Amino acid sequence: MKRVGVFVCHCGTNIAGTVDVERVIEEIRKYPEIVYAVDYKYMCSDPGQRLIRDHIRQDRLDAVIVAACSPAMHETTFRRTGESAGLNPYQVEIANIREQDSWVHQAHREAATAKAIETIRTIVAKVQYNESLLPIYLPLVKRALVIGGGIAGMQAALDVADAGYPVVLVEKSDHLGGRMAELSGLYLNLEDGAAHLAARIEAVQRHPNIQLLLNAQVTGVGGYVGNFTVQVSQQVEGELVPYTFDIGAIVVATGYDLYRQERLGEYGGGRYPDVIDGLQMEAMLRPDGPTAGRILRPSDGRVPKEVVWVQCAGSRDPELHMPYCSKVCCMYVAKQAILYRQQVPDGQATVFYIDIRSQGKGYEEFVQRAMEEHSVLYIRGKASKVFQENGRVTVWGVDTLTGLPVEVQADLVVLATATVARADAVELAQRLRISTDATGFFNEAHPKLRPVETNTAGIFLAGAAQFPKDIPETVAQASGAASKVLSLFSQRQMVAEPTIATVDVDLCSGCGLCVPACPYNAREMHPWRGYSVVHEALCQGCGACMMVCPNKATRVRNLSTGQVLRMMEAYLERL
Amino acid sequence: MAIQPDLSFAPRVAELSHQPVQRCYYCLRCSAGCPAAPFMEYTPAQILRLVQLGQKETLLRSSAIWLCIGCETCGTRCPNEIHAGAVIDALRQMAVAEGVPVGERTVFQLHRAFLDSIRTWGRLHELTMLMQYKLTSRDLFSDLDMGLDMFRKGKIHPWPKRIKGMAQVKGLFEVTGERQTG
Amino acid sequence: MEHRYAFYPGCTLHSTGVEFGVSTELVCRALGLELVEIPDWNCCGASSAHSLNDRLFLALPARNLAKAQEVGPDDLAIPCAACYSRLAAADLALRQDDAFRAEMEATLGFEYQGRVRPRNLLDIVANDFSREQLAARVKKPLNGLKVVSYYGCLLIRPPRYTGRWDDPEHPQSMDHLLGVLGAEAVPWSYGVDCCGGSLTLNRSDVVVHLVDRLVRAAHEAGAEALVTACPMCMANVDGRQKYRGGAPLPRKPRPDYEPLPIFYFTELMALAYDLPVGKVLGRHLVDPRPLLRQRGIVL
Repeated sequence: MKRVGVFVCHCGTNIAGTVDVERVIEEIRKYPEIVYAVDYKYMCSDPGQRLIRDHIRQDRLDAVIVAACSPAMHETTFRRTGESAGLNPYQVEIANIREQDSWVHQAHREAATAKAIETIRTIVAKVQYNESLLPIYLPLVKRALVIGGGIAGMQAALDVADAGYPVVLVEKSDHLGGRMAELSGLYLNLEDGAAHLAARIEAVQRHPNIQLLLNAQVTGVGGYVGNFTVQVSQQVEGELVPYTFDIGAIVVATGYDLYRQERLGEYGGGRYPDVIDGLQMEAMLRPDGPTAGRILRPSDGRVPKEVVWVQCAGSRDPELHMPYCSKVCCMYVAKQAILYRQQVPDGQATVFYIDIRSQGKGYEEFVQRAMEEHSVLYIRGKASKVFQENGRVTVWGVDTLTGLPVEVQADLVVLATATVARADAVELAQRLRISTDATGFFNEAHPKLRPVETNTAGIFLAGAAQFPKDIPETVAQASGAASKVLSLFSQRQMVAEPTIATVDVDLCSGCGLCVPACPYNAREMHPWRGYSVVHEALCQGCGACMMVCPNKATRVRNLSTGQVLRMMEAYLERL
Repeated sequence: MAIQPDLSFAPRVAELSHQPVQRCYYCLRCSAGCPAAPFMEYTPAQILRLVQLGQKETLLRSSAIWLCIGCETCGTRCPNEIHAGAVIDALRQMAVAEGVPVGERTVFQLHRAFLDSIRTWGRLHELTMLMQYKLTSRDLFSDLDMGLDMFRKGKIHPWPKRIKGMAQVKGLFEVTGERQTG
Repeated sequence: MEHRYAFYPGCTLHSTGVEFGVSTELVCRALGLELVEIPDWNCCGASSAHSLNDRLFLALPARNLAKAQEVGPDDLAIPCAACYSRLAAADLALRQDDAFRAEMEATLGFEYQGRVRPRNLLDIVANDFSREQLAARVKKPLNGLKVVSYYGCLLIRPPRYTGRWDDPEHPQSMDHLLGVLGAEAVPWSYGVDCCGGSLTLNRSDVVVHLVDRLVRAAHEAGAEALVTACPMCMANVDGRQKYRGGAPLPRKPRPDYEPLPIFYFTELMALAYDLPVGKVLGRHLVDPRPLLRQRGIVL
């Protein structure tokens, strides 16, 4: 019998507030295999870990149970603690008495305490049969794939390439620069975006580590982190040229679209020539654009003397359109209004808004400048209707402050339409096996703490494909994604958990039932040896194959059928 | 009736009042701290807003612009350092200059009578000022209670005294373009 | 010690604010503070000048600054808060606006030296005299009389005129001074809230509304009296607390009337310094003498 030590954590009052920790220790000590049991306020803290280390040595423990929070939180921490005291990390197990006990049984302290004791006992029964395991090392392909050649994609590609690793950059259109290439001056300095972009584009094009594929799309992705196999199809002079790449990490930087104006019937989007959206205005403002940088009415080419911007056109509208705030519109509207006023000094600029969200460095002052120095009239009140009549475009709104209804006869109306996920995002997500949210943006692994990772290891996000954001945030996120790629590539090999399925080839009859049972495509029949094989990097140790194997040839390490039965016996013994 | 914003008014008011009217982002702090706000049909922030929207007629005819006490709370607390009181003074002066029927006649007439007293005596002589005011406003009896109390306590001089430097005082009235009425 | 100041009394100091005038003279003499009155001064313009003419608003007090230059001392003592504010405004304009200065110099026949500094009397008393100097004169401390300091508006706002001689939102100079005199300045939240100013003569409803709030707050803070430094505030709080505004008849006191006597800070100084201020105290509309007698503060 192994000498087992049990360490019960209070987790402040998270556990101790519901579970009578002292009584747990008292009961646990009665069992013969438990040679040491102690409780502590925060077992994951330095003193807590020291406690574990000291007693592994002092009491010559063969196995350690930490009764605390979910393994998802600190299993790795405690395994490392055990390892540092000379214990095999896989002899350290977690008994979850928080998420599965104290947190969900707060009204039943007696029962919660009893459950804690039972949980610990079952884990003790399991750990008796744990094997000491070594981690699995997998090869790692140190080549990155970046999907999307906009500012996000280019930044990520350059960061990884500058660090010395090869990058494949796949861009759907025939040019780099994405949406940023469609913009005119950039706030806050109103400097020409094209010049900055040109420098980036040039850097990407001549970088020896970047293989650039324009007019190309990702058509298939297989494999797993460190070992993806990616199919790309490129349009070259009317022909589709296929490519296959071995890739270690993928950065998704596919950008955004604008909400279709036609869906805003009350604003006449798509119906009236003089009602346009933000990107159409940007096109006019660009010196290399269709109007050579002059703001002109699409209907008759005249210079508009009265321009109205309608903010929140399709955003912040859970009932009819997009529920979220598109983040960038308040700023670009102020910018466009300033550029208009500079170009047409006797023109009037009016903005209908609900709130002004100017949350970057210098942003608030920028919007104030629009109001103060450039005499842009800001009216708080969501415009109700926009319609074209007798050559002018009428906008109906209300000034919230005075309560007065306001009517503006404009020459040109710009709708600040919602920034939305690209229509093909969901399809790409499926191909990559990552997920999207209800509005089509790619899901990050954790909204606060893991904003550039997805739930699929090795696939990272950058830019507006994850959620609307402006250029500085995009660049920051792209570099963040690149740093995740580089941290992956900085390892010699990839380390995988050994607590996965394994096959006893002597028992395997080659029936093949395990292959379809696996939800992760981790099982395959060996092509000529006749027995079943486990793809170690894909296997998640769920145990489905173990259940269907008629010969018990497959088992999950440290979670064998025998162990599970022992755990059940330990539980039933109490009854 | 929907209004049509007129953007030419605000710069004129800004110039007259020396206040950066365009800077107002209607946080409403001025209205919140204004002691006269409960009595105004447009509170200070609304007045500034109407200026920004160019609603000149509404403003010049309002009673609100005559109720400002000049307590300087608005300007002291405004995050953009706009003295709404100074803007309101400019609107008063505009109303008088354009001959608009003022919203609080008696307040205007009191100020007129006060300035006339200074122009005549160099200093305020309450008794004759009040008499002129009561006659011009034809509001003989209201608010006289405190005046009577003051008189009874000997705090109102029956006889005015003219200062010597009246020529200079009159000169100041002339050079600043202040006409005499009564 | 001798402190010599130029002096601008203002129109109310010998009329509706006579108590302020008398007590100021008594206190200044006791402190050795010599007041040299500006000869032939004119009205500062009060509220009416800025309402009707923003240039006259600065021109009228400018003449007083010109006359003050002739008197001598750099510091110009001004008891009334409004007069102080107007003169400070004019001084700022003379300093910063070249065109205005040229016009005034031409019209008034003087050369602006920029030497004269308009200062409110409370500022001078509180800041030019040490605590010891002020305490030395106290012969009859005020027996812990509970008072609230009412600063009003123009004494401490706007900062660009006052130069922040006291804090615009939480001034304390009067509180400290009253402490030296042996009174207890109780904390309250309305020290810088407006009394209604000149609206008292034709929109007394506004003044009554504001004064109600002040008096109620003072009572709630446990004060027995309110102390002010402004003749307009005195007139309003003294004259508009007992009756509702409007027609002179009928004159019934309001049903919830609880008198709150109000003093000028100089009157309390005079009482503490044992100076003959009794006669003018009787000219308040709310007689403060019963309170003083009750608290053993002898006149």
